[in-house]
Amino acid sequence: MDTKIQVKNRLTAAFSENQKPLLNIYFTAGYPALNDTLPVLRALQNACVDMVEIGMPFSDPLADGPVIQRSSEIALENGMTIKGLFEQIKDMRKEIHIPVLLMGYINPVLRYGIEKFCEDAAAVGIDGVIIPDLPVREYMEDYEEIFQKNNLSNIFLVTPHTSPERLKLIDDHATGFIYAVSTDSTTGNTKDIKQQEEYFSRLKGSGLKNPLMIGFNVRDKESFAFATNYAKGAIIGSAFVKAITGSKNLEKDIDVFIKGIR
Amino acid sequence: MNFTVDENGFYGSFGGAYIPEMLFPNVEELKDKYLKIMNEESFITEYNNLLKDYVGRPTPLYFAKRLSEHFKAKIYLKREDLCHTGAHKINNTLGQILLAKRLGKRRIIAETGAGQHGVATATVCALMGFDCIVYMGEIDMERQKPNVERMKMLGAQVVPATSGSKTLKDATNEAIRDWINNPSDTHYIIGSVVGPHPYPDMVARFQAIISKEVRAQLKEKTGSENPDYVIACVGGGSNAAGAFFHYLNEKDVKLVAVEAAGMGVDSGYSAATTFLGKPGVLHGSKTLLMQTADGQIVEAHSISAGLDYPGIGPIHSHLFETGRAEFLAITDKEAFRAAVLLSKLEGIIPALESSHAIASMAKLNLKPSDTVVVNLSGRGDKDLMTYITRKEEFLKD
Repeated sequence: MDTKIQVKNRLTAAFSENQKPLLNIYFTAGYPALNDTLPVLRALQNACVDMVEIGMPFSDPLADGPVIQRSSEIALENGMTIKGLFEQIKDMRKEIHIPVLLMGYINPVLRYGIEKFCEDAAAVGIDGVIIPDLPVREYMEDYEEIFQKNNLSNIFLVTPHTSPERLKLIDDHATGFIYAVSTDSTTGNTKDIKQQEEYFSRLKGSGLKNPLMIGFNVRDKESFAFATNYAKGAIIGSAFVKAITGSKNLEKDIDVFIKGIR
Repeated sequence: MNFTVDENGFYGSFGGAYIPEMLFPNVEELKDKYLKIMNEESFITEYNNLLKDYVGRPTPLYFAKRLSEHFKAKIYLKREDLCHTGAHKINNTLGQILLAKRLGKRRIIAETGAGQHGVATATVCALMGFDCIVYMGEIDMERQKPNVERMKMLGAQVVPATSGSKTLKDATNEAIRDWINNPSDTHYIIGSVVGPHPYPDMVARFQAIISKEVRAQLKEKTGSENPDYVIACVGGGSNAAGAFFHYLNEKDVKLVAVEAAGMGVDSGYSAATTFLGKPGVLHGSKTLLMQTADGQIVEAHSISAGLDYPGIGPIHSHLFETGRAEFLAITDKEAFRAAVLLSKLEGIIPALESSHAIASMAKLNLKPSDTVVVNLSGRGDKDLMTYITRKEEFLKD
C-alpha cells in the first residue's frame, strides 16, 4: 500500500529507544485469579520488563502447550472475557508506561467484533495485537486498515519453515516486530533452542525492516541470552505462567523470576 | 449458485485456512498438490482398486420395501454400513493415505470421537505399514472401549486427549498440536469436512464416491439419476458432503441434512449447530459454531458420538445459509427409536448417527410418489452397549 500509515506507539518507540536486549513476558488475563491481571502487569513493570503480552483466554488454544492451556482454562472458569479484560485495564495507563500487547485466538475477537475490538483496545492504551490464527492474506484485505486507524501494531509469527518470499511479505505488513517461533512446536515445549542457530542467523541476516523477537521455548537466563544474540529481544510465556501458578505472593515471585532472567 | 470451494478455500463466506504460521507450510503443500495427485492416473487406479477389493465398493443401493410402506414413500438406503470397518469413513482415510504416500509422509495422525474414523485410519495405516497415532478424548476412550482395542490391535497408538472437555473437539486440538510439533514427516488425516482448506474440499471429494454411485444405481433401478430427496446426518458432515456432492447443482433434488438435537434443541444438551450456532473460527475454518456470547466454544451433546461436535463443515454452513439444503434436528430419543424401527422392518441395525437420518423422514411430509435416498452411513455394532443400556428409557410410552 502506498498510503500506508506508519504505526507509532509505545511498542515502536521501545525498539528505537533501547539497545539492550528486550524482555517480553506473556501472561494469561484473569490468572491465577480473575482480578490478578492488573497486579501481575504492575509487578512486571516494577520488575523492569520491557513489554508484556496479555493473553486473552480461549477454550481451544491450539498453538499452546499444557501450561498455557491450563491457565486459559482456569481464567475462563474464573469468568474472564474480552469485555471483562478491557474493564480491568481501562485505567492502566495512569500507571503502566511499558508497551502492552494482547494475544489471543481469532474466534473471541470476531465475536467481539474486529472494529470494536481495535477501538476498545486503542482506547485503553493497547499498543499491539498478536492473533496466531489470523491469516496474513485476510489481515491484509480486511483488517490492516482498522489496525492502522487505531495505531495498533499487528504482530505476525514466522517459523523455521517460513519461506524467504513469505518472510518478506510478512515484513512488509508487520508494524511492531516479527515474532520468530523458535522451533517446530507449540508453546512451552522442551525442544532446545540452541539447535536453532542456523535459523536464527538466517533471520538475523535477512535484512528485515522490523525488529525480531524470539519466542516459544525461551524459558530461563541461558535461553534468553542465547536468543537475544540473534534478535532485539525474546518472549517468555509458559515458564512465567508456571512460575506464578500457585503463587502466594505475586509481587515477590514475579520479581524473583524476572531477576533470574537477566 | 456455486457450491464448490473457491481458490482461497471459501464456500461463500465460510471456510478458509485460519491456521497459525507453524502449520502454513504443511497446509500450503497440501493445497498445492491435492488436486494434482488426486487426478494422477496411478493414484486413481490404486484408489479405485482398493475401494473395490478392500473396502467392498460399490456399496448397494437397497430398496427398503417395508420401510417404504411405513413412511409411505419409495425409500432407498445407500449401504455405506457395508464398507470395510463399518462406515463411510474409510473412503476418505484410504484416499488420504495414498496421498500421504505420494507426499512422502509416513507418520499418520488422526483425531477420533466415537472411534470410527480412528479405526478407519488405523486400518489403512496397517495396510500401508505406516505409523499411526490416534488422538481420542479421555472420556470417549472410556465410552468407546471396543474401538480403542480395535485401533490397538491394528497397530495404532491411541493417545488420550486430557485437555478441555476431553472429547472430539479436544482430540482435534491435540492432533493439530502434534502436527505443529512434527511438521516434516507427518500427515494429518482429518476425518470430516472440517479443518483448514483444502481439507473440507479434499474430504468431500473422497466421499463423493457415495453420490457418484447413487446416481448410476438409481438410474438403473428407476430410470432416473435424481431422487426427490437425499437425506444424510451431519456431525462434521463428511457422509452428507459425499451423499450431496453430485446433486449440489441438481435443483430438483432436495437435500436434507439432519443434525443431532440431543435432549432437545434448546435443552442445553444438543449438537444442532445450525439452530444454535453463530459464525466463528475453530480448527482452521470459518463456519457455524456453537459458542458463548464471548466466543468460547461450547460442548456439544448427542447420544451418537459421531455427531457430538460443536460445529459443521464450512460447506454445510454454506448450504444452510443459501438454503440449498434443509436442516432438521432429531433428538436422541427419536434417533434411538428409528434405529429399532429399521432393525425390525429391514433387518439392518444402523449406527446411531445414521438413525438420525432415518428418523427425519417422519418430519418431511413425504408423498407416495417421492423417491428418497437415505445415506446409511454406518452400522450399529459399535452402539450395541448404548442400545442395551438405554432401551428402557427411550422405548417406553
